[in-house]
Amino acid sequence: MAIIAIIVAAVLSNNVVFSQTLGICPYMGVSKKTNTAVGMGIAVIFVMAITSLLTYALYAWVLVPLGIEFLKTIVFIFVIAAFVQLVEMSLKKFLPTLYNALGIYLPLITTNCCVLGIAIVNVTSADIHNIFEAFINGAFIGVGFLLALVLMSGVRERIVKNDVPAPFKGFPIALLSAGIIAMAFLAFSGIAF
Amino acid sequence: MDNNKLKSTALGGIAHNPTFVLVLGMCPTIAMSTSLMSSLGMGLATTAVLILTNTLISLCRKLISDKVRIPCYILIIATMVTIVDMAINRFLPDLYQVLGLFIPLIVVNCIIFARAESFASSNKVGYAALDGLSMGLGFTLSLSILGLIRELLSYGNVAFTFGATERVREILPVFQKPVGGFIMLAVLMAAFNAIYKAVKRTAIDRQNELMQTATNARPENANKGVGA
Repeated sequence: MAIIAIIVAAVLSNNVVFSQTLGICPYMGVSKKTNTAVGMGIAVIFVMAITSLLTYALYAWVLVPLGIEFLKTIVFIFVIAAFVQLVEMSLKKFLPTLYNALGIYLPLITTNCCVLGIAIVNVTSADIHNIFEAFINGAFIGVGFLLALVLMSGVRERIVKNDVPAPFKGFPIALLSAGIIAMAFLAFSGIAF
Repeated sequence: MDNNKLKSTALGGIAHNPTFVLVLGMCPTIAMSTSLMSSLGMGLATTAVLILTNTLISLCRKLISDKVRIPCYILIIATMVTIVDMAINRFLPDLYQVLGLFIPLIVVNCIIFARAESFASSNKVGYAALDGLSMGLGFTLSLSILGLIRELLSYGNVAFTFGATERVREILPVFQKPVGGFIMLAVLMAAFNAIYKAVKRTAIDRQNELMQTATNARPENANKGVGA
């Protein structure tokens, strides 16, 4: 039951973009086309699931026993950066086709604040009790990000074909549509287990 | 110090405003601009980190080789953010409650890294620190405008404390939600674009007018006048 609650919260009611406002920069940056949005979303799901595992394990089994929890920001950002670099190198070597599809998104993920944000939420939130829940939370926050990206890219593909007032061209109209999608997501905030 | 460079660095926060022109650091902008005081807190925390990281990176710019610069910058930025995080926790516990997760997230705020990479790594310490101050204050300014408008629209008044306040009446509480942040930022950005374009157009018009009078007065120097 707790797992289902975490999944529903991560994807819908507590969506990472529309309710927690994390990861807005990559959300705005790669939501222009649906196929790039899907590529980025899948890369984020993968990275977030694994880094959630790694950071939670490091925090619970290394930082807490040593009493150096205050170093968590520094440790987490290094784990994320090193992991992303490692994935990029191994994909390039072993799976060049997948690298060609996802490779360009990987460096962007290091500075995606939802990866670091969720790593910190996992160790500070009262809803996450063990490493398995942290893993599920990380993976499904990624699914929520993919959902947000795909919805937005559909809207933006139509926006470019329309006549937008000059001052609203580019970012403002994209932000405005994101606001309207976020308003629709407000309806999910009533879901509670 | 070169006077022109000093001026352009000091005005960088307006001319290259992180929110409206460079469009960096959207997450704290939308998440923390729910009220004037939380915007100020977020902006000033970011300013403190920017000054510290810009100064340190500028000081170390000859020691750090090009290949390892990114991990070095991340280490410096993460350390400075941890220090600022601890200082806010110790001296401003109310603000710490309000900002919460978004203090450690200054590490991945694109403004910090962008300034380190594009300015501090190639400029002297004095300029780098000034650039940090200017960019930070520019970010604080745009965040505060957004925060003030959102607070006024949702409650009709402004609370001047960092802590939680009892609100008697609500006008449009949706502006406290991320929805309001997205929409208000879009409107402000469009307004900024329109004003920027109008100012630029009048400036070009004035220049054309001046050129016209100059060429009329001295037709033989027309080509030189345009060149200058």
